[in-house]
Amino acid sequence: MLVSIYRYNPDTDSKPSMQEVDVQIPEDTDLMVLDVLEMAKEKDPTISYRRSCREGVCGSDGMNINGSNGLACITPLSEAVGKSNKLVLRPLPGLPVIRDLVVDMAIFYKQYEKIKPYLVNDEPPPAIERLQSPEDRDKLDGLYECILCACCSTACPSYWWNPDKFVGPAGLLQAYRFLADSRDTSTADRLAELDDPFSVFRCRGIMNCVAVCPKGLNPTRAIGHIRSMLLSQGT
Amino acid sequence: MRAGLQLSQSGYKTAIISKVFPTRSHTVSAQGGITCAIASDDPDDDWRWHMYDTVKGSDYIGDQEAIEYMCSEGPQAVYELEHMGLPFSRTEEGRIYQRPFGGQSKNYGKGGQAARTCAAADRTGHAMLHTLYQGNLRNNTVFFNEWFATDLVKNADGAVVGIVAICIETGETVLVESKATVLATGGGGRIYASTTNAHINTGDGIGMVLRAGFPVQDMEMWQFHPTGIYGAGSLVTEGCRGEGGYLINKDGERFMERYAPNAKDLAGRDVVARSMVMEILEGRGCGDKGDHVKLKLDHLGEEVLNRKLPGILELSRTFAHVDPVKEPIPVVPTCHYMMGGIPTNIHGQALTQDGSGEDRVIPGLFAVGETACVSVHGANRLGGNSLLDLIVFGRAAGKFLESHLRESHEVASASDSDLQQPVDRLQRLNDSSSGEPAHLLRKELQQIMQNIFGVFRTGDKMKEGIDKLGAMRTRVENVRLEDRSNTFNTSRIEALELQNLFEVAESTAVAAEGRNESRGAHARDDYKDRDDDNWLCHSLYFPQDKRVGKRDVNFKPKTVDTFEPAVRSY
Repeated sequence: MLVSIYRYNPDTDSKPSMQEVDVQIPEDTDLMVLDVLEMAKEKDPTISYRRSCREGVCGSDGMNINGSNGLACITPLSEAVGKSNKLVLRPLPGLPVIRDLVVDMAIFYKQYEKIKPYLVNDEPPPAIERLQSPEDRDKLDGLYECILCACCSTACPSYWWNPDKFVGPAGLLQAYRFLADSRDTSTADRLAELDDPFSVFRCRGIMNCVAVCPKGLNPTRAIGHIRSMLLSQGT
Repeated sequence: MRAGLQLSQSGYKTAIISKVFPTRSHTVSAQGGITCAIASDDPDDDWRWHMYDTVKGSDYIGDQEAIEYMCSEGPQAVYELEHMGLPFSRTEEGRIYQRPFGGQSKNYGKGGQAARTCAAADRTGHAMLHTLYQGNLRNNTVFFNEWFATDLVKNADGAVVGIVAICIETGETVLVESKATVLATGGGGRIYASTTNAHINTGDGIGMVLRAGFPVQDMEMWQFHPTGIYGAGSLVTEGCRGEGGYLINKDGERFMERYAPNAKDLAGRDVVARSMVMEILEGRGCGDKGDHVKLKLDHLGEEVLNRKLPGILELSRTFAHVDPVKEPIPVVPTCHYMMGGIPTNIHGQALTQDGSGEDRVIPGLFAVGETACVSVHGANRLGGNSLLDLIVFGRAAGKFLESHLRESHEVASASDSDLQQPVDRLQRLNDSSSGEPAHLLRKELQQIMQNIFGVFRTGDKMKEGIDKLGAMRTRVENVRLEDRSNTFNTSRIEALELQNLFEVAESTAVAAEGRNESRGAHARDDYKDRDDDNWLCHSLYFPQDKRVGKRDVNFKPKTVDTFEPAVRSY
């Protein structure tokens, strides 16, 4: 199978190009895209990409696979290529390319840090854990599982347009994860810091984030909840 | 990150150097939970019972002083994580949910199965790693992300005074000087062809320490997790069996009832893994090749599986093409955890031995987590004790350093000659022209380890394995680098990782051949019994002369009576 891979090395290349690598795909097994990429790298060791856990929990190998963002390690080849019999791998869109499939995620992490992604509770902690009912804990499901792979934010046109001012779906999902936590006491401060025309309200409900999230999470819904909280606070 | 957090909180200038963005480290894959006696499930639970289980699980070569410290400090360390925001699952009372795990008991083995593993669904490692990163962000720890540490730097007095590191993004190589260097580089499970470990688990800390001439301990002790997904290697948590799942052979028989009549599927991992291999060897394995068994979960019902094991449903559907709600998951014992590592005391201080066999602290060097061997796991780790180990001893190292750094220790900086060895290594790699590519050497190494140093081992084969590895050393040192560019050169990193893997593999092989007994995870066909007269001790591998020495196990806990070695049955 021909695998088409985005190549750009600033040390040697004046501009990016697509490289076709011929990879022998064994019959009778459905490889993951990452396996295919590893085979391509054995043929051409200069191909660069990130990878770690190879089971969809570390978030290293987010990339654009046949036009859609996803994790290479849990995207089956059959699903990626469909009937086209061609695999096309590009870096996540909207972020600066460092080399090949490796993008500079600094601005993505900066948005994550901006929402203060840690529990704030001014009360002195008890001698044991803080109690939380199972119902309150359930509210964190669908939020805390984010792996920061950036598939969602880099699929979002609003984020492409304002990556410096719009927090983006990944950051906002985490913002809501702490707003929704019964143990967190800084709701008012958190909302105040999001209360501007860009941080939250640049979301246009396009839902690319939901479509591509490899963990099946729904940032658009979380953003909706934050909007409601901001609006009800304002009235 | 736990040690870094402690130091940042105290106002020390702290840098965390990580070859991946911190939430992409392998802790993220831990599923089932963190074991400690917080007495949520059972109000009478006692850390001493946990200690008993851990000592027994270790097959009596875990250091009892360290196990005592871990089990007694554990609850406080877990509460701190909860206060930091870790989203633990909850009981109806609002406390942290605890599930049963293998090797757990109440009342020193006499009170039946305990439920002592604190869980955030089946994503506890993910929740913990993210919480720790978040805690460090809050305390302004400085991160050097995607920097790769290549070697320790020792001064003329033999003290560790920093490391050499490469910025992966730019290729820049720098000396990072520090008063204390804490290695938390994880395990090296990638020495095996079949492993639950991430690609990045290449034992970098072990490589660094051995190249610096320091010993490593109990490297023969590798845990094979009973339930790696057949073919893919991904881990299926022991929590599955804790929640009521069990293993079946091709006849559908729950075979663990024969091997461990009391604990059954929740016996120690070494016991379960060996039982599975016995079933397979005796022709009762599943599939066309009869080379695996199956984990049955469907009887638990869809609702329970969705709530308690959602990640497992996801992994199984993705990697085994099996929906556990309807059919059992094909599983096989898979390399999972390195019980051995850099010997340390309970403060995380790395140790070596002097000429007369006495422990000596290596100035400036600390190790915590899987790369360390403090030793709380001995010959077999209990499930849920690895997250506890790294959090308790990361915290302990941080606390020790808080006071230690206040006392003024003037150490001589590294001179140019101290840097020669690390610099030469990088230069040699850059100048390589003839050698073999890293991926071929890695595969060869993994096959040797898989075939000879797996669940069952024999002396003759191991001697052959050591010879084969010995013949590989020069080839690994001469590995060919086909990409010499500076920007995000992952080939260079993989070549350096291969050299670390090789050090892990060779120390494992020599230590395994040296231990003439079967204990915990180390099972020999030619020495089937435990030999307390000769081997109730740690092994120490010295890299200079590839020698295996012995080191005493600590049998002196401070507040409880010693747990004397006994026959280990489940």
